[in-house]
Parts: sequence; structure tokens; C-alpha cells
Amino acid sequence: MKLARVAQPVSPSLGATDNLDDLENRSIWLIREAYARLKPLGMLWSIGKDSNVVLWLARKAFLGRVPFPVVQLDTGMELPEVYAFRDRIVQEWNLDLRIETCPPESEMDPTLPPATRAAARKTAGLQALLEREQLRGVLVGIRRDEQGTRAKERVFSPRSLGGNWDVTQQPAEFWDQYRTDFPVGAHVRVHPLLDWSELDVWRYTRREQIPIVPLYLAKNGKRYRSLGEKNVTFPVDSNASSIDEIIAELETTRIPERAGRSIDSETEDSFERLRQAGYM
Amino acid sequence: MSGDERALRIVVVGHVDHGKSTLIGRLLHDADALPDGRVAQVQQSSDARGVGFEWSFVIDALQAERDQGITIETSRLSFATERRRIEIIDAPGHGEFLRNMVTGAASADAAIAVIDVREGAVAQARRHLFLLSLLGVRKVVVAINKMDTVGWDRAAFDRVANETRDYLAELALKPVAIVPISARGGENVWNGSDAAAWHDSSLRDALDALEPTPAAENRALRLAVQDVYRDGERRIIAGRVESGRVRVGDEIAFLPGGQRARVATIEGWNEPVARIAAAAGQTVALTLDQKLFVARGHLAVAAGAAPDAVRRIRVRAFWLSPKPLLQGAELRLRIATADHRVTVVQIERAIDVETLAPVEADTIVSGQIADLVLESNEPMLVDIAADIAPTGRGVLVDGHDVSGGCLVLDKLTTRARRAAARRNDLRPPPERVTQARRAEKSGHTGGVLWLTGLSGSGKSTLSLALEEQLFEQGWRTVVLDGDRVRGGLSSDLGFAPEDRTENVRRVAETAKLLSDSGLLVIVALISPERSQRADARRIIGDAAFREIYIEADIATCAARDPKGLYARAKARKLTGFTGVDSAYEPPLAPELVVDTASLDSTASLARLADYTDSQFSCRSGTVRALEG
Repeated sequence: MKLARVAQPVSPSLGATDNLDDLENRSIWLIREAYARLKPLGMLWSIGKDSNVVLWLARKAFLGRVPFPVVQLDTGMELPEVYAFRDRIVQEWNLDLRIETCPPESEMDPTLPPATRAAARKTAGLQALLEREQLRGVLVGIRRDEQGTRAKERVFSPRSLGGNWDVTQQPAEFWDQYRTDFPVGAHVRVHPLLDWSELDVWRYTRREQIPIVPLYLAKNGKRYRSLGEKNVTFPVDSNASSIDEIIAELETTRIPERAGRSIDSETEDSFERLRQAGYM
Repeated sequence: MSGDERALRIVVVGHVDHGKSTLIGRLLHDADALPDGRVAQVQQSSDARGVGFEWSFVIDALQAERDQGITIETSRLSFATERRRIEIIDAPGHGEFLRNMVTGAASADAAIAVIDVREGAVAQARRHLFLLSLLGVRKVVVAINKMDTVGWDRAAFDRVANETRDYLAELALKPVAIVPISARGGENVWNGSDAAAWHDSSLRDALDALEPTPAAENRALRLAVQDVYRDGERRIIAGRVESGRVRVGDEIAFLPGGQRARVATIEGWNEPVARIAAAAGQTVALTLDQKLFVARGHLAVAAGAAPDAVRRIRVRAFWLSPKPLLQGAELRLRIATADHRVTVVQIERAIDVETLAPVEADTIVSGQIADLVLESNEPMLVDIAADIAPTGRGVLVDGHDVSGGCLVLDKLTTRARRAAARRNDLRPPPERVTQARRAEKSGHTGGVLWLTGLSGSGKSTLSLALEEQLFEQGWRTVVLDGDRVRGGLSSDLGFAPEDRTENVRRVAETAKLLSDSGLLVIVALISPERSQRADARRIIGDAAFREIYIEADIATCAARDPKGLYARAKARKLTGFTGVDSAYEPPLAPELVVDTASLDSTASLARLADYTDSQFSCRSGTVRALEG
């Protein structure tokens, strides 16, 4: 894989940065802030396009190496292409990967609808990881524009010992000052991509030539717009077989990004219940 | 619209029930920005709850919000006009959710204030507007909503518009536009409306006129150190340029301590070309040409241009915690990456958001705004917020919680500290001859024309000519000339930087007294530093103060040399002479520039006189357009 990026003309004025430069600068600042203030720090890697961008930004922030462990919450249900991509990138990028096997579905809250129950396995896996590794900070690649409840998130989002999210008691965040002191046992989710849009992620992926799981590209009129486990995620109709075509498609689409994710719409509040209990 | 452009971020504020969420839902719908299915979903949610079609459900994604009929959290949504992408940050209006409003508003480029025409700018809206001004959001579009309920009555609109405009002017905020709308009916929101035919623009027009806020690239260098990484023998300093710019080869000083080194490299990974410079807003990883001890919280500045370190500062604070703030409280003040332990040594006054009058207070509760004196055990390297915002404002941390924010108003040196102590005990008697009565009699309001420029640029000549012309026209006017002040009021001061700053302060205070008594004061003073003129502006106030740059290049001034000073400075018989061996900082955004190198004296005078008339005369009939 080629990491070098196509040389672009240097902008004449220092201040003339574009939107992607601004987003990159701020995200790098946030990742460095998390690394300086939350020890030990880890990162959740879903192997999807968003967390690949976070990893890439971490490599930029720390000049090539990722100085913290990268965790995959594994349900064993990912598509084979996802596992293949993971193994390749871990090698090439020299990542400290920890695979956390999630507890089985039979141990989940039986009142949740089926697909939501499947997703809840990841929450349980994350909780087990946090308890074992005593992580104080976890980088997560969620974005505000993905889903209504994620729009309500903070950049530094505090979680109680059980991982619960109290949406009514979130700290104030302004002037890039974040709450980073917490009682023992609590942890902080740090969301460096919160202000990015789906299009920003793709445009940045294109500019930086960040590798992606090939499932995002259309084959036989179908592609994955959002990657989840094979039992709860479905490809959408699309002919976009390159990143350029994905970008063109997104510039005009009216279909929500997570339309292929069954947990979001099983019942009106299914995703919200998941998130309040600690889902990503 | 190009998708690569940065979206303009807009926060929506106002009293609960004045229609913020409805307006956002309406904007998203009319801009055709809702994903398929969302309208049907909202219809379903509305039906299930037995209400008509509820626009606000569009953004109230959380079930809890829908059931209680309130918005809890800031959420972000975007749409596009033909000019650009706009991202909307909804700030909830309930008092107890102030933290969320602040969180949303702090990152905004501009604000829409939604005000119910039947109720006007009530306390909650005023509090929001006040907070916006403190947070640094300077551009406000006022949407006067529910115009349908008053039959699009123009008089009702004007009443609320004027009241809001007056309030904003007190906060030194100018509304970009004030627009009558009906969010529920979608009238004059996206498209103009027949009902609003008497008004020339829709809300969309107003939004299209806004521009994103540029980073502070032209200010002094402030680089906040975030962390230091080791790479073998090398030390890499990670941080962000908060203001100004830095280049490879620049000599920079790290504070506190003041150790100096040159920037050897700006490091990067996977970058097409090595960076040689970085500007405000950019993150950097630097290496230096020398080994220094640098740590998180240090501030790098251009060598020789360090801000004064002080232990006491006066701040304007807003408090967000349910736990009240008391005098003597011990807090942490975080400014950029620095973290100081501070004690609230004095609560000078709280500010009534409704009237903006100072009120005595010994306790500050959530939502209140107050001026405080903070003291730290170690020197703090901060700027005045009005000069360099990123290193002039910070958060107040109480225990684990970010409990408030504050802007640095003053750095209290010993002299200023004594004065502050005295000032606090002063109770000036109310005046009987009011500003309005004075203006009515003289035909003009009081004001200060602050002429700054190099020696020999023409400040004194122009000021005397202007004074004479105004005097002949019946104005009440006076000149405060640098040389004259030096002979009396400031005869105890020399020309060292701190003495010059004190001289400027005295002239500003004098000008304020005179301007308050209705006089048009013309100050002719080199006042070489921007911070000095910012002090003068703060003392005199935005309403009366006009910074006027009398511009002429140094060669022209030296050739004129009316007092023979350039010759003496050149012969080294005079030291600290501005322009020769002491710097002059030209204004960055003066209200007026008079270029005396290219304009002759008649044209220069005419320019100045016209400007004075347009700004301070009550007779000329020129009402200053706030919406321009």
C-alpha cells in the first residue's frame, strides 16, 4: 500500500486552509489533548471508514506511530473482508491491537428487540475491557450527523463506572476547554470526529488515500454505506464503485447513512436506549 | 455551493416557546435538507402525541424531548443556500440548560435570536445575547417571530426591533439584520412573503450576508504548548498557534522563564512538502535548535514580545454551576493549556442582564454574570481578551467541573490594584444634566476622535484645524494634544513603555470625562501600541471612541520633521523615539484612515470633518444604519 499522498500546490497564504485542513487541525489537537490528559488512553477501532480516519489522524498527531492500544470489540460476526483488512492494516501500520471478544447474545437484556440485542454485545464487551484495562480515556470515531442521539454528544463525554451516558448532565464545553478530571472508576469517551460529516470523511479519505474495506464500494449494484455485523447490517442500492463516485452519490442522496442498520429503527427509541446504556 | 468550503455555524437562541425549534425545522424543510422519510416520521410522532404537525419534532430526536416538549441538548443540522452550507446549532432555552447553550454557542460564527413579537426580548433572550457577546459571537440576526399573530403589524415589529437594537448596542453588538417572520407558516423565512412586503429581506437573505470568522492571524504570536514528545534524542513540542504565526528560523521565547531558541523544523507525517510556517488555528509539532525545558502549559511568543506576567487579573465571568460562587472561592483557571490555581479575592459587582446595570453581590449563582478579581500564587501569562481572545479567556474549574468562563478585562499591576480598591468605594452622584439634554442643546453628542500616527504625520495640525472648523459651526469641542498633556497632567512621566501606557490612560480618562459632558474631544497622541489604544477604547467605550489613523510613512514624516525630532533621534541625541528606535504598531481596524502622505491638508481636513459629522451630529439627519 502506498502511503505517500499526491503532492498538492502549497497555498499562498498561511491562513488559506480549506475545510478539511481545519477539521484535521482540530481533530489532531483533540487527540493530543486526550493523550496528554487521559492516562491510560485506548481507541476503539470498528475497522469502518470513520475509525480508520481517527487512526490516520493519530498517526499524524504522533508523527507516524499510534502510541496507545487499539481495541476491536469482536462479536465474531463481522464480514470476512473486514477481518482481512484488519489483519493487513495491523501489520502495515504496526498497531498494538487488542481483540475483545464480546459475550454471547444470550447474556443480553431479553427485552431489547433482536438486532438491538445483538448490538448490545459490543457494549458488554467494552465494559469488560474497561474494567480489565482500567482505561480512563477511549477515542471513538462517532459523528454528530450520523444519528439524532449522537448529535447530542460532547467531544469529551464522561461515562459512569457502568458506562452509562446521562444526557441531561453533560459538562459545558467551550473555547476548546474540556472536562478531563473525573472520580475514580469513570471514563471519558473522546470523539475527535464529532464535527465531521459523512462527506468530510470521504473527502479526507480520498485526499489522504486512506485504505478502506472494499465493501464500501459497489459490486453488482449494492454497497455498504455503513459497516456493521453481517446479521444486522445490509448493503444499500448503489453503483458507486470508487471513492469519487461515493462522494458524488452523497452530494445528492436523501437516504440516511445508517439506513442499512436495523438497530436504528427497530422501535422509535431502540438506538437511544442502546446509547444510554453505553453503546458507542 | 462548493462542498469543500467550511460551513457557517449558526446558533439559535431565545426564550423557550418563542419558536427556535420550529424555525429550525422550517429552515431545514424549506432548504430541502431533510432526509427522505423524516417528514413522514414527524407526522407520525405528531399524530401519536395528538398534536398537529410539529416542526420542532424534526430536531427533537430524543424521545424524552418529544414527551416533555423541550429540547435538552445542542444538536447540529445543516442545510445549504446558493452561497454556502450552513450548520445550525440549536441551543435550548431552559435556564437550567444554560451549559448546553454555552456549549453550542461557543463554536458559532453567528447567531439567530428568535424573539416573539408579542413578548419582545425578555430576560432569557437578553441573557442569551449577553452570553453570546462574552463567548465572542459578534454577529446576530434577529428574527422577530409569530408575526402572523399580530397580523404582520409593522408598528409591533418596529417596537420590538428598536428595543432589541438598543440592548445589543449596549453590548457592543450590531445586529446584522432584524427580520419579521412566521416560522410556523414559513413566511419570510426562506422566501419573502407578501405579508412582509414592507420589509426588504427574508431570513435567508440575512443568513446569506454572513461570513465565517477568520482566525487571528495578524495578532502577536501565542503558541500554547500541549505536550512534549521524545523521539530518540529529539524533543518535539506539540501545540497550537492560538494567534499570529510562526516560521522555521524564528526566535521564540517560552514562558514562564523566557528561555529562547529558534524553530528548527515543523514536523509532520505524510505531508507532501515540509511545512515552513504555521498560522493561527493550526496545530504544530516543533523542534528547536537548542535543548530547552518545555512543558505543557508553557506559552511560546516572539522573542522580546512577551506579555506582562501578573498575579492579579480582573475578569468578567459567567457562572454555570448549580453551586454558587462565593468570595474567597478557590478555583482553577484554565487559559489555553495553562492551568492556574486562583482565589476569587473580590466579587466587584454582578450585572443585571435585563438593564445591564451593576448590582452589588457577594454570591454569584448559575446564569449570573459578574466582574471578579482573581489572584494566583504564581505569575499568569495572559492577554486582555479584547486584544488576543484565545489567551485572554478561559474556564473556571471548581473541583472536577467546568463551572464558568471568564474574559480578562485588566491585568492588575500594583498601581491599577490600588486604583481598583479605591474605585470600588466610589459612589458618584447621579447627574442632572443628562447626555440627551446636552445633545439637544449642542446639536451633537459627546465623542472622542483618537488620532494616532507617527510624529510628523499631521495629528496636531489636523486636530487644531478641525477644532477651529467645528468651533465656527457651533460645536463644543476641545483638543487634547500629546505635547500639552506632557507639560502638565503627565509631567511626572517619562517615555519608558510603562510610562507611555500610563500617559495614554490619563489622556483616555480625561477624554472620557469631557466626552461624557457632551464635548467632542480630539486627541492627538502618538499612542504607539495597539494595547494602549485598546485600553483607551475600553475606558472611553465603543459608543464614543473612534480610532483614527493619521497615516504617513516614516520617510514622509522624517522629511517634514516639524519639531526637528527625527534629526535628533537620528543623531542619537534622543532615544526611544517612535519610528526610529521604538516601534509603532499601526491600527488593525481603525474606524477611519486619513492618508496625509497622499491627501493635501484641505482634503484631509474635509475627510475628518465629514466623518465627525456623520458620527456625532444630531442635525445632519443621518441615522446610523445598524442593519447596514
